Amino acid sequence: MAAEGNAKPAKKLNLKENYALLTRGLGWEPSYEKKEDIFRNVDFEGVVIHDWDKWEDPFRLTMDAYWKYQGEKERKLYAIVDAFQQHNGQFNVTDARYVQALKVFINGITELEYDSHRGFNMLAREFPGVGPRIAAQMQSLDELRHATTQIHTISQYAKYFTGMNEFPYQFDRVWYLSIPKSFFEDAVTSGPFEFIVAISFAFEYVLTNLAFMPWMSGAAFNGDMATVSFGFSAQSDEARHMTLGIEVIKFLLEQDPANVPLVQKWIDKWFWRGYRLLSLLATMMDYMLPKRVMAWNEAWEIYYEQNGGALFADLARYGIKPPKRAPETIAEKGHVAHQMWSVFYANRDAVGFQMWLPSDEEMAWMSEKYPDTFDQYYRPRYEYWKAQEAAGTPFKNSTLPQLCQVCQWPCLFTESGDPTTLSLRESEYQGQTFHMCSDGCKDIFDDTPEKYVHAWLPVHQIYQGNCFLPGVDPTAPDFNPMVEALRYMGIKPGVDNGDFKGSADATNWEKWTSRPANIHEGAYTDAVRDTASTADVTARKAG
Amino acid sequence: MSVEIRTKGVKPLTNSFGHLQRRFGDKPATRYQEATYDIQSTANFHYKPLWDPTREMFDARRTAVVMKDWYALKDPRQFYYGNYTTTRAKQQDAIDRTLDFVEKRDLLRSLSQDARERIIHAIVPLRHYEWGANTNSAHVAAYGYGTAITSPAMMNTADRLGMAQHISRIGLLIDGNSGDALLAAQALWTDHPDWQPLRREVERLFVTRDWFEVFVAQLLVADALVYPLFYQHIDGALGGGGSSALSSLNDHLLRWYEETAKWIDAVIKTAAADSAENKALISGWVQTWRNRLAPALQPIVQRVLGNQADDALASVLAALDARAAKLGLSL
Amino acid sequence: MATTSTQPVFIALQANNDTLPIIDAIRQDNPNAIVHDYPAMVKIDCPGRLVIRRETVEEHLGRDFDLREIQINMISIAGNVDESDDEFVLEWKTH
Repeated sequence: MAAEGNAKPAKKLNLKENYALLTRGLGWEPSYEKKEDIFRNVDFEGVVIHDWDKWEDPFRLTMDAYWKYQGEKERKLYAIVDAFQQHNGQFNVTDARYVQALKVFINGITELEYDSHRGFNMLAREFPGVGPRIAAQMQSLDELRHATTQIHTISQYAKYFTGMNEFPYQFDRVWYLSIPKSFFEDAVTSGPFEFIVAISFAFEYVLTNLAFMPWMSGAAFNGDMATVSFGFSAQSDEARHMTLGIEVIKFLLEQDPANVPLVQKWIDKWFWRGYRLLSLLATMMDYMLPKRVMAWNEAWEIYYEQNGGALFADLARYGIKPPKRAPETIAEKGHVAHQMWSVFYANRDAVGFQMWLPSDEEMAWMSEKYPDTFDQYYRPRYEYWKAQEAAGTPFKNSTLPQLCQVCQWPCLFTESGDPTTLSLRESEYQGQTFHMCSDGCKDIFDDTPEKYVHAWLPVHQIYQGNCFLPGVDPTAPDFNPMVEALRYMGIKPGVDNGDFKGSADATNWEKWTSRPANIHEGAYTDAVRDTASTADVTARKAG
Repeated sequence: MSVEIRTKGVKPLTNSFGHLQRRFGDKPATRYQEATYDIQSTANFHYKPLWDPTREMFDARRTAVVMKDWYALKDPRQFYYGNYTTTRAKQQDAIDRTLDFVEKRDLLRSLSQDARERIIHAIVPLRHYEWGANTNSAHVAAYGYGTAITSPAMMNTADRLGMAQHISRIGLLIDGNSGDALLAAQALWTDHPDWQPLRREVERLFVTRDWFEVFVAQLLVADALVYPLFYQHIDGALGGGGSSALSSLNDHLLRWYEETAKWIDAVIKTAAADSAENKALISGWVQTWRNRLAPALQPIVQRVLGNQADDALASVLAALDARAAKLGLSL
Repeated sequence: MATTSTQPVFIALQANNDTLPIIDAIRQDNPNAIVHDYPAMVKIDCPGRLVIRRETVEEHLGRDFDLREIQINMISIAGNVDESDDEFVLEWKTH
């Protein structure tokens, strides 16, 4: 309909124009207060930005479009979560070992999503440019979504299985959860540019595909409808975040040549820190999925060596090199999952989930997937431990391991070229000696020792007596420091930890589902015996 | 594989997470509770923030307000990401139909030039006020303590971007998508004397560091003056030119404001009731910012409402004072 | 705009009814694309550049399609993104 007095019809806006009009120009140059008093955190890192308007928004989402598409995703996701809960979907997974992986997820990963949400919120406040502020806001909101949907999904499991019921409490206290906790706190306590390079680029762009694509596909393969649904739904946000990651890098590198060495340093640091964090997923993929989609070394080849290779080839034009410690990750790819599982197994009385030795079927798979390493280094160890279990003298570690001052993993990794020698490094700072697990972590410590000396290293804290609940008397005759430390961490000794076989989870699983708790070992209890007959009856009726 | 019949009789080991049981007893928890309570880390922080080395990464000392339990500040709307997003998507659907209706019939473009200029002068610059509110709300979400307050603050941050873009669309409906109205409005916001006192206060909020003070000043005081003044009083005055189209677009802002006020009120009321110190502190902030913002709004209100301006200002101030009293504050 | 890079880009989509026409459109417009099926996920690799064209998706879908709808079912991507009303492009710009 033509307007009177306004003969020219309204212009039709395309996506880019519409986005530009609705975002750019919202900000203004302040004149009543100084810009450096408003945005106080963008100068101290030494990054040089000449023109914030040069920022390119890859996904041109206005808020209305954000609500529309995210609302659609949420409706779809919660329809599945509702159905999952109503139909007791937690019993449809392959076996109860799979659930142990979800314990690692809710206790170790969900709070990272939350910290990420808060970290991006700080950027959403502190970046002077409108474009990056909006990108950070949307990502912050997305990260809140991820924490929320994980809690809502896994809460159904937490009602029926042990060790998932105290995730915020445990995240702040359990010794091995300081690995993820310290990772994100390291990023959030950095400056805003280091944070965004660390999380958006090094972690999300370079590394998270590797973890989440094969892992979530594995969840689907093991019948976990709920986890694969939140996982893939979250990844669809992640695709936007990864694009933010690469835009950040290009923006920083194009703004000023002085930014190149800083960005390179952060890529080197956070690639290594992220890699160490995700090694947890290496062991989850190879050992905790009863039915496996892909081995860790294959995932590393596809998602780091191939895709990372393409990415760093693209960034070479700015003078950016692949991460300094990438060769170590390639050298370790045949070892890391096995070394980690071994340490968890040995320390199974001190962790919040239950452990088992790989079955013959699983070891055959590992021999096939890891032809250069498994039979030579790890099969003999597992067979020895199996024999010890059979003899009634199972192997256990009675002391807590030495932790790396930077990544906070136990110093369990071996030298790149020598899988029989533990990799141990140390540095002196202000007259004290600090221990690291690798050259990658030593690089990071040596660059900023004044930061890493503050790390809250749980094993040190336990031995210093800082990890006991109020009222505990370390001088009492029956005082057991290990049990008391576990109580402080929120782990129930004899329930949450120890051997999978005989655990409450395994026993309940067989009682409730009539299916074996470990599909590779057959039934642990009598509850499973009638499965065959029930299945026969069902099959006959269906036929 | 389908579930065996016998699982129907399985009773859960526990009805909700431990931290929720300790707060609410052993019973099923709502999704709002699951997503909100005790989620933020509180202990064993690893490093000193480079941007605030004397405090922890999350630290209750970033405001002078002290709460016995920061999770007392609950959101009566019970928003978590899912119901927040689907609620906003539904509301956006409705306003999209209005926007479409106004656009197809050129309802704002067909107004007289004088009426169009009055809207550009009096309404469109508020897109910058909303962007300022977005910054301030982001400050609360970033540095606030406890998920109960920071999550809805995050949602409010997104809402304010949405409102800035909604107001921008009003500009585009006037200028036929050329963007001229937005440029004109920006010049008004940065240079015209009618708007400078308000911009001065918005910028003063950008350098206010106590996040609870920012919450009070922006979300309680500033919004309580700006929303009814512009979207009721000034809307009515601009409507003299027959622009009910404008009112239907402003109505979206008002409805949002009314919904959000429930959250703001619950937070203020609970915090003020927690201690006499909190009550005094918050009351003082309301007083201070009320006394800054009311005169800051005077010129633009005067310009549009003329001799009605004083009455309009007095009425919104009276409403704010009554609201503050109801929330347990003493001004 | 052509790219000379042959480094792989990819897009991964949820395997469901909504993505079938998108995957068909990708196959049609990207003869070099290789489609991998995983549990619940389809990953499509392509050397250098991969394009999703709105018109082609609409042909397969039988209705209007907004390219931003891809986001609902997208799991991951690799490559630089360029999105317009008509095309969603992933590419590496290396020479």
